[in-house]
Amino acid sequence: MAPSAAPTLPAPPPDPARLPGAVSRLGQRVQAGLDEARITIAFVGQVLQGVGRLLRGRSGLRRSDLLRQIDLTGPMSLPIVSLTCALVGLMLGYMGGAQLQRMGAEIYIADIVTVGMVRELAGLMTGMILAGRVGASFAAQLGSMQAGEEIDALRVLGVNPIDHLVMPRLLALVMVAPLIMAYTALVGVLAGLVPATLVYGVPAAEYLNRCVQALTWTHLWIGVFKCTLYAALLALAGCREGLHAGRDAQAVGVATTAAVVKGLVWIIVAACATTVMLQSLGF
Amino acid sequence: MAQPLASHEVKATPEVQVQVVARGLTVAHGASVVLQGISFQIPPGEVFVIVGVSGSGKSSLLRALIGLQPPAAGQVLIEGQDLYVGAEADLQRLRRRFGVMFQAGALWSAMSVGENLMLPLQMFTRQTPAACEHQARAKLALVGLESEFDLMPAKLSGGMRKRAALARALALDPPLLFLDEPGSGLDPVNAARLDALILQLRDQLGTTVVMVTHDIDSAFAVADRVLFLDEMDKTMTALDHPQALLQHGPPRVQSFLKRRTARSEAGSLA
Repeated sequence: MAPSAAPTLPAPPPDPARLPGAVSRLGQRVQAGLDEARITIAFVGQVLQGVGRLLRGRSGLRRSDLLRQIDLTGPMSLPIVSLTCALVGLMLGYMGGAQLQRMGAEIYIADIVTVGMVRELAGLMTGMILAGRVGASFAAQLGSMQAGEEIDALRVLGVNPIDHLVMPRLLALVMVAPLIMAYTALVGVLAGLVPATLVYGVPAAEYLNRCVQALTWTHLWIGVFKCTLYAALLALAGCREGLHAGRDAQAVGVATTAAVVKGLVWIIVAACATTVMLQSLGF
Repeated sequence: MAQPLASHEVKATPEVQVQVVARGLTVAHGASVVLQGISFQIPPGEVFVIVGVSGSGKSSLLRALIGLQPPAAGQVLIEGQDLYVGAEADLQRLRRRFGVMFQAGALWSAMSVGENLMLPLQMFTRQTPAACEHQARAKLALVGLESEFDLMPAKLSGGMRKRAALARALALDPPLLFLDEPGSGLDPVNAARLDALILQLRDQLGTTVVMVTHDIDSAFAVADRVLFLDEMDKTMTALDHPQALLQHGPPRVQSFLKRRTARSEAGSLA
């Protein structure tokens, strides 16, 4: 007689006393959130120490690393940022013109596009595009290094990963982002010329003249300040996620996604906060 | 049940003559204790091999010994200085006294093999770039990779990557070397070459080597002493010369060593 198959026992019902309740789950989530915040604050503190070392000339930052990061973050980001900002400028001119046309004030399309692009949108769009492109690549690069024990190899050698890995990326982005923002603001303003002249009949020379009149130093420095702030935030988000990634391939993907999400959220929050703050200060 | 090795059983060596001391070491990940009661001393010029089954805490112990895993209790002394206590500048100087070869090589992927070796030389010596390159090439020649100087790590095979990692660990001519599973993933010929290189370093340069491995053949080939970690008791249960452990060690250690040596004999017959 053939041996009968081993009887399969039904799985025991879960012990209700051991199941985490809603309060426990909430507590765990709060705890996880606090741990994340603690890691982020500690990381920002380490970066500030790195900035201090840099200012005192005691940083291990290598110029070759900085130049390589400038090359990776700057010129290679120009095509996508140009396209995005050109389309934004186009939309701003078209929609702004539709409203102004009702009052017969089409000439002010130039003011809307110039102030909107220089002061807010060029920096914001640059930040958001760089968050997806550069912030994600920072997290992926550093996450892969973490998984491959490359960062441990630096630590063991006595090399500070903040100086060697984070500072070149942070500085490169902070140096490059305002330049990209200035370029994309120009692209956006010129793109606004298309609907202004073709749809609303504003002469090109008059449009450009109004642009120059609308552009003030205040708008310019506010735009540069905001863009620099966004660049710093997204560099911090990317490096923070990469340096604290887990040690497997899946963790690199998780870190990359988290870097993009955090970078975008931080940029939006910073945009709101700085807009309200600068308006209330009278700028 | 295997008894943990009492601290008095550790061979007493005057501390001034020892290179590495682990004293009452407890290693934990959060609330989970991985190892406890680890005490040993390693004199200069010894090849000290840490063995144990997977999950016994070998790599965790190594991470504690190289400064990457602060112990929950106890001390790690390198050349008499606590690896976790002191001014950061002193600790960084201490870290440059030893080289580490990681399990997967951990070569910096954005740099060529040559740049991997030149980075520590450029950062911590006052040599000219030409002298750094000359020294990096010499170290690569030592491991048989002189022609791979300009290659990126991704272009190397697993064995070559390990040898390049060993060359990088030797870049600053450290008197102490930590190796994490150096033979894993290598073919028998390259594994034997690596063992020969370890012995060459010990015999010719007096380098102290601390090596984690689960390759018992390699341990028998190079070890002056073997530390056995027990995953059940989460501590060290034996520390002696490998042959002595094979003949007189605790039963569980003997069984582990015999099973591995029997398997390797069967493999060589096949």
